Amino acid sequence: MDKRRITQIIAAITTNANINGFLKGTIYKGNTKKICVPGLNCYSCPGAMGSCPIGSLQAAIGTVKYDFSFYIVGLMSLFGVIFGRFICGWLCPFGLIQDLLHKIHSKKIKVNEKVNNVLKYLKYVILALFVILLPMFLVNEFGISPPYFCEYICPAGTLEGGIPLVLMNASLRGSLGYLFGWKIIVLSSIVVASIFIYRPFCRYLCPLGAFYALFNKMSFYKYEVDKNKCTNCGACVHKCKINIEVYKNPNSAECIRCGECVKICPAKAIKKGFNFRTSCSARHSKKDVGA
Amino acid sequence: MKFVDTSKVSKSQGFIKYGVLIMSVFFISVGIYRNEVKIVLQKAINICLECIGIG
Repeated sequence: MDKRRITQIIAAITTNANINGFLKGTIYKGNTKKICVPGLNCYSCPGAMGSCPIGSLQAAIGTVKYDFSFYIVGLMSLFGVIFGRFICGWLCPFGLIQDLLHKIHSKKIKVNEKVNNVLKYLKYVILALFVILLPMFLVNEFGISPPYFCEYICPAGTLEGGIPLVLMNASLRGSLGYLFGWKIIVLSSIVVASIFIYRPFCRYLCPLGAFYALFNKMSFYKYEVDKNKCTNCGACVHKCKINIEVYKNPNSAECIRCGECVKICPAKAIKKGFNFRTSCSARHSKKDVGA
Repeated sequence: MKFVDTSKVSKSQGFIKYGVLIMSVFFISVGIYRNEVKIVLQKAINICLECIGIG
């Protein structure tokens, strides 16, 4: 098992360490839930020790008291500016689930570049519409709105919260309706898609991934290509499951920092790590600087 | 050895990350001052029926 998988498993267990919740069909009610976890992890999961940033953001915006949540946006920006989408690749429990599903033996589908280039913007639309605008403006007579993304789209809520809680609670089972059916369809579609396509939810639907994507170019955690070493062989592009031209754009908004390109590079030209300098840093070829 | 950033991030953008870092900490502080943490906790310690698909 590689370092990334071990980190993903530790992150998933740490964020869902409330074993009692799984045994009793209840959720954790402690103070750690004041803090959001960096990945997409439903706070109604019986194991969840922290809050989901996307759920919390909608909850805060959807109240009468606030139209904007400084606390959640601040926390998400902090995670984003330090790690960027490293969180998607290494720390998100739902990302781990998709990775494991993709391990199932089957024919893998590489999404057509044109289709991919259109679909990748869908997650930004979901972030703007379902997480911010609808909770802000589509309110009931009391000025309160539901968490639209959680209610109609989020597969993590269904998988981590809905299914275990419904299985453990007869009272919840009695309340099931069309909405649960819809959410099971969404979850099943993403589960099936994940077997054939690498991380479809992260790439096309996840509003948290969209938010962190905004930070990938500026975050402290970065990839850098040493142009003195890079031979433009394209091995990194061929290996990348998200179709990124790594040697041209190592800090693409779509990159989840899985590190496969770093491993495969025959010239060891791709470097990863935290860059605390304010100046430019990646090495450039003599040819490119006109030397 | 000359250094330039292959992701076309200019020197000024190098400072942006520190600006965003400071802004994030400021936002978190404002949020705590506005008692937003209470809303987060309230939502998180009760089963979110919408989130789990019951509505």
